[in-house]
Amino acid sequence: MAREATEYDVVIVGAGPAGLSTAIKLKQLDPKLNVCILEKGSEVGAHILSGNVLETRALDELLPKWREQGAPIKTKVSKEKFLFLGKNSSLSWPTWLLPAVQKNHNNYIVSLANLCRWLAEQAEKLGVEIFPGFPASEVLYNEDGSIKGVATLDMGLDKDGNKKDGYQEGMELHAKVTIFSEGCRGHLGKELIKKFNLDEGKNPQQYGIGLKEIWEVSDEQHQEGLVMHTAGWPLDSKTYGGSFIYHAEKKQIYIGYVIGLDYQNPHLSPFDEFQRFKTHKAIRKMLEGGKRISFGARALIEGGLQSLPKMYMPGALLVGCDAGTLNMPKIKGTHTAMKSGMIAAETIIEHFKNKRTLSYYEELFKKSWVYQELYAARNVKPSFSWGLLLGIIFTGIDQILFRGKLPFTLKHKHADHEALKPSAQMPKIDYPKPDGKLIFDKTSSVYLTGTNHTDNQPVHLKLKDPNLPVSYTLNKYDEPAQRYCPVGVYEIQQEKFVINSQNCIHCKTCDIKEPSQNITWVAPEGGGGPKYGNM
Amino acid sequence: MKILVAVKRVIDYNVQIRVKEDGSGVHTDNVKMSTNPPDDNATEESVKLKESGKVKEIVAVTIGDDKAQETVRKALAVGADRGIHVKSDTYIEPLGIAKILKKVVEKEKPDMIFLGKQAIDDDCNQTGQMLAAMLNWPQATFSSKVTLKDKSMEIVREIDEGLETVEVNLPAVVTCDLRLNEPRYASLPNIMKAKKKPIDQMVAKDLGVDITNRVQQLKVEEPPKRKAGIKVANVAELVSKLKNEAKVI
Repeated sequence: MAREATEYDVVIVGAGPAGLSTAIKLKQLDPKLNVCILEKGSEVGAHILSGNVLETRALDELLPKWREQGAPIKTKVSKEKFLFLGKNSSLSWPTWLLPAVQKNHNNYIVSLANLCRWLAEQAEKLGVEIFPGFPASEVLYNEDGSIKGVATLDMGLDKDGNKKDGYQEGMELHAKVTIFSEGCRGHLGKELIKKFNLDEGKNPQQYGIGLKEIWEVSDEQHQEGLVMHTAGWPLDSKTYGGSFIYHAEKKQIYIGYVIGLDYQNPHLSPFDEFQRFKTHKAIRKMLEGGKRISFGARALIEGGLQSLPKMYMPGALLVGCDAGTLNMPKIKGTHTAMKSGMIAAETIIEHFKNKRTLSYYEELFKKSWVYQELYAARNVKPSFSWGLLLGIIFTGIDQILFRGKLPFTLKHKHADHEALKPSAQMPKIDYPKPDGKLIFDKTSSVYLTGTNHTDNQPVHLKLKDPNLPVSYTLNKYDEPAQRYCPVGVYEIQQEKFVINSQNCIHCKTCDIKEPSQNITWVAPEGGGGPKYGNM
Repeated sequence: MKILVAVKRVIDYNVQIRVKEDGSGVHTDNVKMSTNPPDDNATEESVKLKESGKVKEIVAVTIGDDKAQETVRKALAVGADRGIHVKSDTYIEPLGIAKILKKVVEKEKPDMIFLGKQAIDDDCNQTGQMLAAMLNWPQATFSSKVTLKDKSMEIVREIDEGLETVEVNLPAVVTCDLRLNEPRYASLPNIMKAKKKPIDQMVAKDLGVDITNRVQQLKVEEPPKRKAGIKVANVAELVSKLKNEAKVI
């Protein structure tokens, strides 16, 4: 029997900043369009995690009256710091010596999850239908190979795929145009990039993992509006990464750490690097005595323009970081994701009204400020493959003297999963033991995310070869999944590879970093995963 | 026959509760909210009775702020026919809730009222009982099995000693235990259809009942942190520790 199906003009997969901006712009341009958004989180915002210092440029264009409309954007950046950390030292870099892209004085410290909730309200007021708790799990194709829409996952299957009581079959959503806005390493986006060769002639995509905690601290430790970044310790100079510390409203500090997933040492644990980082004397004084109230992690795009795939295909567009529009030196992806969605909406309107093909998206994108930004930013990340010092010197020349206009483009040479070296050749890392005050273990951290998946359901982390972790990856790399997963989903127990998939916070790191690409992340039953508050 | 099912919006059971620093309550801003779990059992049972052909209509009611309507929408998506939202922006105690529900009952004239046995936020476990008393209807609480007969219901109750089977004449109030059934998922097509089902609006303070709160909440505190456990080597050590240190035997 055929699944139930319904028709929309536009179906959007993922209610993040890109998808919501696409929806809002579409309804602004043509209120008669039928637009719906599928969201895998139990509500809008539940799966959103970001720093976040917001540049409002895209929002100013999309909803110029955001201030009057009560947008949760309150804390203007009032002070900036950049520290180079040594193990026991810190060197403050004068902000006037920072490239313009790293200056934040007109920006705001926000919770992106809350901003998305607000954007969802604006979208719903315009008549957009949003369905949280329903992951799109399958791309549907027309006979001519173009994209017909998506189907939602069947709900109520047990771990062997049998129907439980209350089983509900998935539903097909057909659309004239489907928008994929799943965020970094979307599992349908990944399938489409491969199927339509969208990354042909591009560099391999580069990723990072971002970890974040929210702390409540005392008045003395808090300086609302302070934006601080660090580089250096605890990472070695070959590992790309750094921290962010944002003093937000309500005496909260958003503190986080980003590590490039092209790191080489399989003994490295991003989670523990973040925990260790907090013990630096320049950092711990801001947190000690305070209370950690939230934790989360999410992979992010670092590849920039060189790695940006073609963003259109028959019947569909990729927007935001499902393609990869994050501006790495700016450490911002929200404004570019939003703008890419707005451009997608303009493309669709032209497509409907004047029968222009969706390739018009590329034309509009290249004319936009997003492209200019990404073009100017393109050489920063690859230069850090030469090490921290050379990276900084080059970036100074490239960004301050030439403003990103150097007449060449550096390449990303390897995909992140190719970067690991055998564990026997790399030093082990001795991480500090959790004290439950400043340094935490993974168990207490995942507890804070509110993560839950119905326990008796098919495992959503699929192994291509179930024997590979023990027969190969354990010997060669000491099974790095035990460490790169920020919440301990993967364990080796009595020479067996165990997947605790109910703890998965949907960060997608395993799908990216597994050296043999043996793990595939697919959408679990709707509503599962983290329940982030104001991340 | 007609069923009225009462649903409440509470903090989702997966969310770690945070107590406000000033002790005035718990944080609810930007916290994921859901339908109180036993209320889902109440809705599910109503829908099952409707599917058996004995019940004609299910009306879902909630009391709360505008967002509380989400719980009614969810009940509509799994099979309720129409909804009622009694608006109130402030907390109302179980007694006030029961009085409001009584007003709704007088208007709707249901044959049965299904509620969750208690709400997971305040754990009061009072509303169903108070409502039954005020209506002077029989009540069956903590129900784990419901069999509808012509003019009565046979109900198996979860009680401390085991299971108790009672029969109540209709109309009656039933409060539901989590063991009663396995609530179904709201399917996407049904959620889409539920958006078109009607929800009547009322305002709590216009119903002419006294909903003044009687209990003054002084302070909300986190429970004391549990201390780490210890491992004992053998039974003798365990007995000695229980006797001499814990002094429980």
